[in-house]
Amino acid sequence: MPVAITAPDGITAHDGIAVLEALGLTVARRLQNVTVQFQPGTVTAIVGPNGAGKSTLLAALAGLVRPDSGTVTLVSTPINQLLPQERARRLGYLPQSGEVAWNLSVRTLVGLGRLPHRSGPDADALAVAGALATMQLEPLAERTLSSLSGGERARALLARVLATQPHWILADEPLAALDLAHQQSLVQRLRSLAGRGFHTNGSGAERGGRGIVLVVHDLALAMNHADHVVVLNRGQVMAQGRPEKALSEAVIRDVWGLDARWLGEPGHMALGF
Amino acid sequence: MTRPVILLLAALAFALPISLLAGQVWIDPFGPPVPNATTILMELRLPRALLALVLGSGLGAAGAAMQGYLRNPLADPGLFGIAPAAALGAVLSFYSGYESQGVTLPLFALVGAASAMALLALIAGRSGGITLFTLAGMMIASLAGALTSLAISLAPNPFALSEIVTWLMGALADRGWHEVRLAAPLTLLGLVGLWRAGPALDALALGEAAARSLGVEPARLLGLMICSIGLIVGSGVAVAGMIGFVGLMVPHFVRPFTDQRPSATLVPSALAGALLLLAADCLCRVLPLQGGELRLGIALSLAGSPFFLRLLLKLRRNLA
Repeated sequence: MPVAITAPDGITAHDGIAVLEALGLTVARRLQNVTVQFQPGTVTAIVGPNGAGKSTLLAALAGLVRPDSGTVTLVSTPINQLLPQERARRLGYLPQSGEVAWNLSVRTLVGLGRLPHRSGPDADALAVAGALATMQLEPLAERTLSSLSGGERARALLARVLATQPHWILADEPLAALDLAHQQSLVQRLRSLAGRGFHTNGSGAERGGRGIVLVVHDLALAMNHADHVVVLNRGQVMAQGRPEKALSEAVIRDVWGLDARWLGEPGHMALGF
Repeated sequence: MTRPVILLLAALAFALPISLLAGQVWIDPFGPPVPNATTILMELRLPRALLALVLGSGLGAAGAAMQGYLRNPLADPGLFGIAPAAALGAVLSFYSGYESQGVTLPLFALVGAASAMALLALIAGRSGGITLFTLAGMMIASLAGALTSLAISLAPNPFALSEIVTWLMGALADRGWHEVRLAAPLTLLGLVGLWRAGPALDALALGEAAARSLGVEPARLLGLMICSIGLIVGSGVAVAGMIGFVGLMVPHFVRPFTDQRPSATLVPSALAGALLLLAADCLCRVLPLQGGELRLGIALSLAGSPFFLRLLLKLRRNLA
């Protein structure tokens, strides 16, 4: 039986229906008729070769790219009908380039995530503290960005998105600049975020959980940690579904032109060539 | 209020009375009475000091906002091409022959600034792209500069030529309440606009895409920036000529004492700009110079460039 979920802004969704949806999305020379559904409470990995349209799809989901045709809907509402601030409160977007123009402290950077809210300094401080705690950044809160390591910086940038308390986290290659250990730890954190609710209005909200959409290059990472995988190539969806299905050896051969085999046990798979 | 703001306010409260007493005629409040002291204070020095505060605060805040908007510590309000366009308008007013009335010059300057703003909005307005916008601003600046040079070279007589060139250097000498009444409201309006742009400028620190994802509307922000900077720079050039360096330097002085967000540098930059211009103008008045006063624009460049070079040398380690 479907259970009603009430999200912070009063959106009502039901278990099992796609909350974030791309419908026939076409962006000139980048995406062709892409239809994908994303489930709350899950981690979706978007994978594909360079130039496949992964970043364009993610930016379109965040409302940053105006499609030539098709729509992105959030609980059946086209996101271009939302006010920019309203959209920003629901869809947190982490761009690929981790550029930050000024040498901000970690706390100030994370505080920028509160810009779409008009909730007052107390609520802002609370949300920032929560985001810092989730990313285990409290000891670094007063440090400036230039003094951080790559892994710490990536966590700080993600905490900025968390401070917005969005329903969806759309992150473009958040793991790209990290070494293996930091990749693993960040992916675990993202996983646990997907398991959690919006934690804003009591028990009802806890059911839905955040939706996480990641663009990743590492297929093993997608295989082992994603609930759902979307494979793009030349702007088209080549496969989507459970990782075992969407990232089958046949798909890898078709899309990447590689004869690779999955080795190891589920949850600890690696590609062998 | 943060500590830099309180310190700057205290410094201004200290500097303003002193600047009123300093000049070719020193007024010693405890000494023997100076003839015409009231007239000197009320009609010459007070409006001049207020004008320095108005223009300095406007230019300081405009610089901070520009550096935030372009995410570049080398940005300057002049990059928009509004100041050169205003100067062109002012120079053209010399041809109308009524510049001494003090009406046509500011009016022409404001028309020049408004034309540059309109042109900028026309070229870059719809997309709100920062690169396109900067390039458009630079082109307007160089076009206005070339036309100004043309206007100067076509000057009807050597007297007009020297008057134009002197005016272009920028000064607060011989300015009165008329100029304050013109510049103060326009600058204030511009400052309010920049204040409203503050949160969006903060978001831009994360890059354009992230800023948009945080709800920033680029075209709206661009419009706000053009109008605010235009009002501040346009009215500044209209009453005082070209005054450089304040907008470039001042944000660098105050940024280390803030949390570095562009919005956090706006108010301290406005106050520090006011203080800098007040002090510089005071110095110009006091320094003995044959044939009149040192021009404020020249003084600022003379003092500003070495200071800025020193700052760059200090920053070199961090920038490299």
